[in-house]
Amino acid sequence: MADITKEQLITSAPKKKEREPVPKLTGKIKTPKIVTGAASHYKCHVAKPEVQEKLGFPGELVDNWQEAAIRRMGELLEKYKSLQVYMDICVRCGACTDKCQFFLGTKDPKNMPVARAELFRKVYRRYFTREGKIFGKVAGAVDFDLELLAEWYTYFHQCSQCRRCSLYCPYGIDTAEISMAAREIMDSIGLGQKYVNEIIGKVYEIGNNLGMSGPALQNAIEFVEEEIEEDTGIPVKLPMDVEDAEVLLVTPSADFFASPHIESLVGYAKVFHQAGISWTLSSTASEAGNFGMFIGNYNAMQKIASRIKDAIYELRPKRLIVGECGHAWRVAYQFWNTLIGPFDTLNPKYPRPQHICEFTNDLIDKGALEIDKSANDEFVVTFHDSCNVARATRMGDKPGGQFDIPRELIKKVVNKYVDMPAETIREKTFCCGSGGGLLTDEIVDLRAKGAMPRMQALHSVMETHGVNFMALICAICKAQFTKIMPMYGVPMETAGGIHQLVGRALVLGAKE
Amino acid sequence: MNVISLFYTAFAYVAIAIFLVGFLSRIIKYAKTPSPLNITLTPGPTTRAGAVYRVVQEVGVFKSLFYSNRIIWLGGYIMHLGLALVLIKHLRFFFTPAPASLAWITTFEAYAGFIFFVPLIFLFLLRLITDRTFYISLLTDYIILVLLMLIAATGILTKYYVRTDIIGVKEYIMGIVSFSPTAMPMDIIFITHFTLVMLLLIYFPFSKLMHAGGIFFSPTRTQVDEPREVRHVNPWAVKG
Repeated sequence: MADITKEQLITSAPKKKEREPVPKLTGKIKTPKIVTGAASHYKCHVAKPEVQEKLGFPGELVDNWQEAAIRRMGELLEKYKSLQVYMDICVRCGACTDKCQFFLGTKDPKNMPVARAELFRKVYRRYFTREGKIFGKVAGAVDFDLELLAEWYTYFHQCSQCRRCSLYCPYGIDTAEISMAAREIMDSIGLGQKYVNEIIGKVYEIGNNLGMSGPALQNAIEFVEEEIEEDTGIPVKLPMDVEDAEVLLVTPSADFFASPHIESLVGYAKVFHQAGISWTLSSTASEAGNFGMFIGNYNAMQKIASRIKDAIYELRPKRLIVGECGHAWRVAYQFWNTLIGPFDTLNPKYPRPQHICEFTNDLIDKGALEIDKSANDEFVVTFHDSCNVARATRMGDKPGGQFDIPRELIKKVVNKYVDMPAETIREKTFCCGSGGGLLTDEIVDLRAKGAMPRMQALHSVMETHGVNFMALICAICKAQFTKIMPMYGVPMETAGGIHQLVGRALVLGAKE
Repeated sequence: MNVISLFYTAFAYVAIAIFLVGFLSRIIKYAKTPSPLNITLTPGPTTRAGAVYRVVQEVGVFKSLFYSNRIIWLGGYIMHLGLALVLIKHLRFFFTPAPASLAWITTFEAYAGFIFFVPLIFLFLLRLITDRTFYISLLTDYIILVLLMLIAATGILTKYYVRTDIIGVKEYIMGIVSFSPTAMPMDIIFITHFTLVMLLLIYFPFSKLMHAGGIFFSPTRTQVDEPREVRHVNPWAVKG
């Protein structure tokens, strides 16, 4: 038995001392030499019992946790082809070892995708393979002890489930699937992560990630309406719970409150107003985000998504549109039809669901909106492909539409656009460093290091092209970059939504 | 038949049985395990034919690895190419007369073993050279490489240095295949080669070598990017 107690495991996140220095911006992304244990001190806070229990998990680490964890692992291996196949077929070729932003940023070898997966695999081998049962350590099979569990907790919460490694793997091995399974196993034995599980609890109780109640939402919306009218003199409405509207818009709740997210909400409202398309928000389905995915818990994911199904039933919209959010768009695009479909009551002429960028881009193509690009002339814009949008979804009919449509849309509303280096965009994009449930303050130093590749790529176009605006379509990216950019000496205003740009360029009242 | 022949023949049947049963049961397991969600890695094919083509490209030219790491691709691809040539060459031991469609292999006759052997050394060194690959390499990764190297080396020896009685080997193998075993040629190089191959067959289903079958079951690559158009049904979901 290792020399770590249950209590130490749970409380071992070290108290914050100084903020760690961020990597220097050179415009180059270098593969570092490995530094063993370099990221071992970044630990997410453990969820309190009352949070765990709200989600139906044990309150704290159960006494027979090892047995329970192995049992749960066995169940998941039966339920997920991905997990079963990915446990067996990795040959450790090394192709993924320099692909993860958390390895590049922290230098910790356990942040190499294959090494992260090996934390899981060596337990799998020990309890589920003949090779491991007979040959043990020689075959890379290891007992699941507290020390290893602590490593699981640390390193499976240093994966943003961005799937970059899967792109480069000759077998498509998806570390996101493995880290989701690991988190599900940890939750099932009472070891949950505070940030994500608290948020899921808020969705269950109040209806959205920010925990904004109906009246608070109403206030936020009225505030946005007043702002728009003050700015433009035109009364643009943000309808709430309107029955039989053409469109139900489901957007991350951060759009109602956080900055710069709220600027995109302004943009959506102006687009609907100007296009003359009736639309509504829902006070019960006020959250597109779905943190159930981050913990790999199917039931949580379905329960969170079911709020949208209920809203469709109650409000009877003809179309379902999703706002700017990366993982939400993944859940919406890849999973909603399975979780809460089929969407038989929605108009089949339009994608079910549709992304707000697909929607706005179509409207501009049809000439339904008048645009004054010069309103954005102060900006030289680049675009950060969100990991989930890039590698787990599509927009439009053609593969790659998720890259082309946002770029087309940006170019329709700004005059100056430039892409970041090719090896850092489109399907090769790096995660912002906070996806997958890592957007929490106690690991801000890890988040800053995970953002390194993107910051280097951004820095290079800031230097060469004077870029001063990085357009985003993800609530987590927006929150992450506004926090991390100042740490790198880049103004936080450099980060903003695509619909922030759309909203600025849209000429209100030009057409009816 | 002498004792050694008897022993080896029994050993061969056991090894082949373990390989076939083990390999097939893994494949059946992969095929039967459900995929609750569509997790296609995008941008991906929007048609079934496209998904098949995607997998064919991975199997045929190691496309993702090519874009990921050219050095590993070079070693891995040439090694597998050599392996394929060697395997095709060996088909002649199983058919009398050797099929005419295999005549082209004589072009590679002299090199096939080396095309297999040299990249194995390269891949072994690659594990040692960078700190990252050294860190991730397990003992079994080296063991498999060494096993394959020994098989390749003994194979090359039977051909170029200590000429083995090819006719005798063919008779022996045809005997095993047709379930009427004969005495095995008493050639130490051949016997070593044969033993190592049988060990490899036994180890195959329990090891990472299962990537050979598993690659056809990787959901990120085999699924079709059509979740909005076609509802993916989770076989184990409880309908609420």
